[in-house]
Amino acid sequence: MDIRFDVIQDYLPYFLQGMGLTIGLSLIGILMGSVMGLFIALGKMTRFKVIQFPFIWYINFFRGTPLFVQILLIHFGVMPIFMSPVNPIASAIVSLSLNAAAYIAEIFRAGIQSIDRGQMEAARSLGMSHVQAMRYVILPQAVKRMIPPLGNEFIVLLKDSSLAAVIAAPELMYWGRAASGATFRVWEPYLTVALIYLVLTLSLTYVLNYVERKLATE
Amino acid sequence: MIQVQNLKKSFGSLEVLKDISVNIKPQEVVVVIGPSGSGKSTFLRCINKLESFEEGHIYIDGVDIADKKTNINKVREDVGMVFQQFNLFPHKTVIENIMLSPMKVRKWSEEKARQKGMELLSKVGLGDKADVYPDSLSGGQKQRVAIARALAMEPKVMLFDEPTSALDPEMVGEVLGVMKQLAKEGMTMIVVTHEMGFAREVGDRVLFMDGGYIVEENKPKELFGNPQHERTKAFLSKIL
Ligand SMILES: Nc1ncnc2c1ncn2[C@@H]1O[C@H](COP(=O)(O)OP(=O)(O)OP(=O)(O)O)[C@@H](O)[C@H]1O
Ligand SMILES: [Mg+2]
Repeated sequence: MDIRFDVIQDYLPYFLQGMGLTIGLSLIGILMGSVMGLFIALGKMTRFKVIQFPFIWYINFFRGTPLFVQILLIHFGVMPIFMSPVNPIASAIVSLSLNAAAYIAEIFRAGIQSIDRGQMEAARSLGMSHVQAMRYVILPQAVKRMIPPLGNEFIVLLKDSSLAAVIAAPELMYWGRAASGATFRVWEPYLTVALIYLVLTLSLTYVLNYVERKLATE
Repeated sequence: MIQVQNLKKSFGSLEVLKDISVNIKPQEVVVVIGPSGSGKSTFLRCINKLESFEEGHIYIDGVDIADKKTNINKVREDVGMVFQQFNLFPHKTVIENIMLSPMKVRKWSEEKARQKGMELLSKVGLGDKADVYPDSLSGGQKQRVAIARALAMEPKVMLFDEPTSALDPEMVGEVLGVMKQLAKEGMTMIVVTHEMGFAREVGDRVLFMDGGYIVEENKPKELFGNPQHERTKAFLSKIL
């Protein structure tokens, strides 16, 4: 088997461009997902069953169905209500954020519930409202415990953003398929793309391990 | 100061407090004793509504906390609580633990809260520990910080739920010392404890609880020296 380095060379600028969008999509996904996730987690944890219900089913839906299906539904079903023509990057951002929010909500909930009950009781006994106790006592401790699983979710998101290729959002995987289709080559484009994903996820793992060690010694 | 009237509380089908009525006067130190599971903690936690209760009334300074319209946060500002497990905030330094609530709830300035905090820390003998994290303290030191933290809100009443039960024996004295000092200064206190020496020395009144009732109450000397009920006798003979 001969390797055609010229294919890699020709498409490298596009791969790097796609990598930029891949990083962008997963960063926005994790940020928006965190904001929405906190909200959903708190919603699921209220005492009122009626309020819990939609949040529980939000989480069930986005964790219980394939992201692939969600992307198609959102791009071809939901987004046309708001814009036309539909921008695939916008669809990808919405899908990834909504999906990440469901997973991150569970991370938040687990983090909050892992904090000893006595912490909330002590805060409340000092006259703090539930919101104040959450904000000054519970969440600062919970967030620290959430960093490892959040990092994990970031890595998953980075890889799963490749599914946005199916709606032609020009991220890394999209360019991999484009290169393969245009050159009729398999190994060169896909291995290059795989290698770039690997570099991204390994770098992220490295950073996360560093942060975790840093937090552990604090 | 505190009036408890026909308080009843259940956990599901388990009736824990069956009919509790008691008045606590300002500056009084009331010690609550009784066997494990008799409802002592639950009783204490009803007073600041960490536990809700189904029936009865608890008036704190005339305010009925059973009333739905009562702002419980406001009431809790004046009711300090000290827990068996300390429950210090591990992500905050000792002084931050103490300053948090005065600043966020009472809206004190940082300087005022810090000044009050330092004052209380030296009072409990920990003036040099202001900037360390709770993890580096011994149990006795943690509990003294917890007491200082509760006092920083300038409460009218202090509730203690077995404050020395989680401590190594050699540290019990330092915590009881702080509590005795507090009693001497006229703080109204309700103390659940197994420390009979403390009850005798500073208690104005001892309540003996069993099976969800206050079975007997009296001055410490009377209750320990001349218990009236069989169950009180049986309990005392086991622990004295
Ligand atoms: N949150 C809860 N849910 C269900 N049952 C509870 C709860 N808290 C306490 N109980 C039960 O209520 C009863 C009284 O508990 P409580 O903690 O008030 O007793 P106590 O007198 O403080 O005992 P101890 O000396 O062991 O601290 C026990 O049977 C206990 O198992
Ligand atoms: Mg108890």
